[in-house]
Amino acid sequence: MAVNQSDIEKLAELAKLEISTEAAGATADSISQVLELVDQLQAADTSGVAPMAHPLDAVQRLRADQVTETDQRDTLQAMAPATEDGLYLVPRVIE
Amino acid sequence: MHTKTIAQLIEGLRSKEFSSVELTRHYLQRIKERDGTYNSYITVTEEAALAQAEAADQRLAAGDDSPLCGVPIAHKDIFCTTGIRTSCGSKMLDNFIAPYDATIVENYQKAGAVMLGKTNMDEFAMGSSNETSYYGPVKNPWNTNCVPGGSSGGSAAAVAALLAPAATASDTGGSIRQPAALCNLTGLKPTYGRVSRWGMIAFASSLDQAGTLTRTAEDSAIMLNAMASFDAKDSTCVDQPLEDYTAGLSNSLQGLTIGIPEEYFGEGLNPQTAERVQAAIKVYESLGATTKSISLPHTHLAVPAYYVIAPAECSANLSRFDGVRYGHRCDDPKDLADLYKRSRGEGFGDEVKRRILVGTYALSAGYYDAYYNKAQQVRRLIKQDFVDAFNQVDVVLGPTSPSPAFEFGAKSDDPVAMYLEDIYTIATNLAGLPGLSIPCGMVDNKPVGLQLIGNYFAEGKLLNVAHQFQLATDFHQQLAPETA
Amino acid sequence: MEWETVIGLEIHVQLSTQSKIFSGASTAFGAAPNSQACAIDLAMPGTLPVANEQAFRYAVMFGLAMNAEIGKRSVFERKNYFYPDLPKGYQTTQLEEPIVGPGVIDIELENGETKSIRLHHAHLEEDAGKSLHEDYQGMSGIDLNRAGTPLIEIVSEPDMRSAEEAVAYLKKIHSIITYLGISDGEMSQGSMRCDANVSVRLKGEEEYGTRCEIKNINSFKFVEKAINVEVERQIDLIEDGGKVVQETRLYDADKNETRSMRSKEVANDYRYFPCPDLLPVILDDDYIAEIKSTLPELPDAKRDRFVRDYNLSSYDATVLTAERATADFFETVAKTSGEPKLAANWVMVDLAAYLNKSEQKLSSCPVSAEHLAQLITRIKDGTISGKIAKQVFEAMTAGEGEPDSIIEKRGLKQVSDTGAIEKMVDEVIANNQAQVDNYKNADEQKRPKMLGFFVGQIMKASKGQANPQAVNEILLKKLNEQ
Repeated sequence: MAVNQSDIEKLAELAKLEISTEAAGATADSISQVLELVDQLQAADTSGVAPMAHPLDAVQRLRADQVTETDQRDTLQAMAPATEDGLYLVPRVIE
Repeated sequence: MHTKTIAQLIEGLRSKEFSSVELTRHYLQRIKERDGTYNSYITVTEEAALAQAEAADQRLAAGDDSPLCGVPIAHKDIFCTTGIRTSCGSKMLDNFIAPYDATIVENYQKAGAVMLGKTNMDEFAMGSSNETSYYGPVKNPWNTNCVPGGSSGGSAAAVAALLAPAATASDTGGSIRQPAALCNLTGLKPTYGRVSRWGMIAFASSLDQAGTLTRTAEDSAIMLNAMASFDAKDSTCVDQPLEDYTAGLSNSLQGLTIGIPEEYFGEGLNPQTAERVQAAIKVYESLGATTKSISLPHTHLAVPAYYVIAPAECSANLSRFDGVRYGHRCDDPKDLADLYKRSRGEGFGDEVKRRILVGTYALSAGYYDAYYNKAQQVRRLIKQDFVDAFNQVDVVLGPTSPSPAFEFGAKSDDPVAMYLEDIYTIATNLAGLPGLSIPCGMVDNKPVGLQLIGNYFAEGKLLNVAHQFQLATDFHQQLAPETA
Repeated sequence: MEWETVIGLEIHVQLSTQSKIFSGASTAFGAAPNSQACAIDLAMPGTLPVANEQAFRYAVMFGLAMNAEIGKRSVFERKNYFYPDLPKGYQTTQLEEPIVGPGVIDIELENGETKSIRLHHAHLEEDAGKSLHEDYQGMSGIDLNRAGTPLIEIVSEPDMRSAEEAVAYLKKIHSIITYLGISDGEMSQGSMRCDANVSVRLKGEEEYGTRCEIKNINSFKFVEKAINVEVERQIDLIEDGGKVVQETRLYDADKNETRSMRSKEVANDYRYFPCPDLLPVILDDDYIAEIKSTLPELPDAKRDRFVRDYNLSSYDATVLTAERATADFFETVAKTSGEPKLAANWVMVDLAAYLNKSEQKLSSCPVSAEHLAQLITRIKDGTISGKIAKQVFEAMTAGEGEPDSIIEKRGLKQVSDTGAIEKMVDEVIANNQAQVDNYKNADEQKRPKMLGFFVGQIMKASKGQANPQAVNEILLKKLNEQ
């Protein structure tokens, strides 16, 4: 499956990645190459095979409902790009 | 001191031949003098290392019998370290200082090991040459025109250049074993779930596994003993009894059956690499093992399946890097979308972006079944190949990587060629099996790696099989030029 | 043209766990911003989720209460989208294999009919944080305390045909979750939130019309209003030759209108896939049976029992059991006083009116069930009349304490002393000779009516404290003696 520049723009929008128009063409080419590689999957006979999301057939362990965390806001916000009054700041969110 | 293995360093520390502080200073000095050539470290933690070494010396004086007490090691910069930058090789995290330790970092600290610093790596562990690091490429100590492999290229180069006796690393598709092969080291990727992933920055969660790069299998066993633990903080970490991985090292290989997958010796394998591997098979036969030709019929689908699953997982795992709570944030974002797109566009390199886009594509509406779901089905077929194989054999043997180290730039413009570097290593990640690479000779003065794949949780067996080979050969003792 | 409304509800309920669904941070409401957002909630690199058992227990309780299938295997998936209140860039939720499968629940309508509403499924997921839009240097502030609070999202089939039905269903769900104690159900604090999928079609049509999802409905009252205003909009639109566009709309309570949410317009592709950091959750039969054995009595069962044990009407029993606190209160009053009918009246009329007027909750009400029972006992044993009881009740609501001491302090005890009553009767007869004559001259049938005048005068003289029965007897005797 080959992708073109406009596909790349859509994917970049979903993935929130800035890709310049100049780079989009080359990106489309390299991604098309990768897709060509993975397209080999299509030839595999997988009828009746259950997909395997985890390598081991393990089961989730559940945690007891206990508060184990204390307030670490100052430490955790020390490396935040922008905060005020304990809040993380972002450009205005419009509803 | 720097030519000693970990086993030998432990001896030296115990017999007071040298102190941990002396040893640590020695390594720090070597790094200072030599790492300009290799660029194997992103951060050297001199002060912390010396403080840890002092503490270790006190522990040793008090009769502490923790094997790694006082032994300096390096950590791949994918493992979070409290108060010390953890960059994951990315501009995105150039300013990131975790307020917590990865479980394995904590485990080594408890064992008394000294951290020399954080090693260079492909950005977010995506690469097979260490050329995608924001901190520049790492050079292969065996040939500085060549790549050390990746993504744990910094860890491999540091150990091969004797700038650390051992290093931690991580392996999502071959990122421990391939650099081990290219740098003449022993690289162990344990069974998925054997080692905690807490604090290891995720690339592809269902494939990532922490492991080690050392100069011998014995050292790997010592390192794994300290690294492995059950960790309730990682839901995928397996609660299995721990074993002493050094205990079975000297077991005889009489009666061992080694499976040789025919698919690992086909087209694409460098003929000289194939020769070295064939020679290694002969060594095993001389040690009493039986070899048996087997088939892993879905091998050719491993790389395609991987390049759907790994990008799909990474596309979600890397969404958290959005410039809001930590990490790179673009200047003067004009709105929210601009903040996201530019912060991520500037913070991530090309290969990371490429994989995020491929993963986004594979999961998007209309393609999920054909790509993601199909790949997960193929993954089961690949696992089944191994399950069948391990009904007949004890370990599987083949080359680690199709050819020895390549020159810088040789594959960086061709992602698919780069991806095929991991053609023999990727299947074990998909199946979650343990894999190990050991030196088995040279081609054009460049090391060749022999891969051993074990059954689930058979790390002890793998290390035994590797150790016996190392008792019979001296490939692993060869040091890179100008390092001694 | 006759239109039919089709409604399906998606209800988000915050579960009352101590800690978050995937981390050990507290879920307490009202803490300082980001003081309850730990490294996992903030999606710090290298952190990993571990699922909270209590969230599963609560979800299973809900499923059992809804007569639904329990997902013995449930799988968390990642729903991918970028938003500042979503730190990981994906929401961990369930899609293909939810914890609660199809079920069905009956709702009671005001006309006394019941109707079955089918549950499509309910799944566990994590809540997002909050964006605060006050001005911070022209920016929005993000508080992630709420991020990771466990939610169940309860998705109905499009089985409701009016706003009234939707409200009844929502109230039923509210009743069930609060009975189970799995959530406080406070809509005002966002513990329970509702989105409505609304469409219209011509009556008799098979196919559904195009639906709109109405968000931000945060009270029972607004559910009704929002649906009605949206239905009106859709019908007007179609009748004017327009077409309903499938979209997300926001309900504006101030303007009582819905409006398109442009920010959500961009075609979203959530790219769901199984979360690789979490494994399938497998619940065995023993675990589910153990939960089943600890389920409290639920509203429907309680209602039936009230009808049976206390001889209440089905309507009264439904009203009394709608909220667990009310039902428990009633039952204490009924049992302590031994007068279930009176207890039902007092709880449904006087107490309800007081709570409504003072905008209070039962939990903060100064009148305890024990005190109300004592009041009823005093009516029954003749210490006070029903009329005086209202006075005593008012004093109780003012926090004056238990009925006995109020009666004592205010001297409200009923006068049953015949001597005192006789004296009052004599006075009234003496002062109203004209009325006495009228009475004497009237027909036998008219007399009981006329008696009322004298009773009223005597009660007035006694300040309402005379025992009405004694007054009647003595009055009749004295009048006949005239």
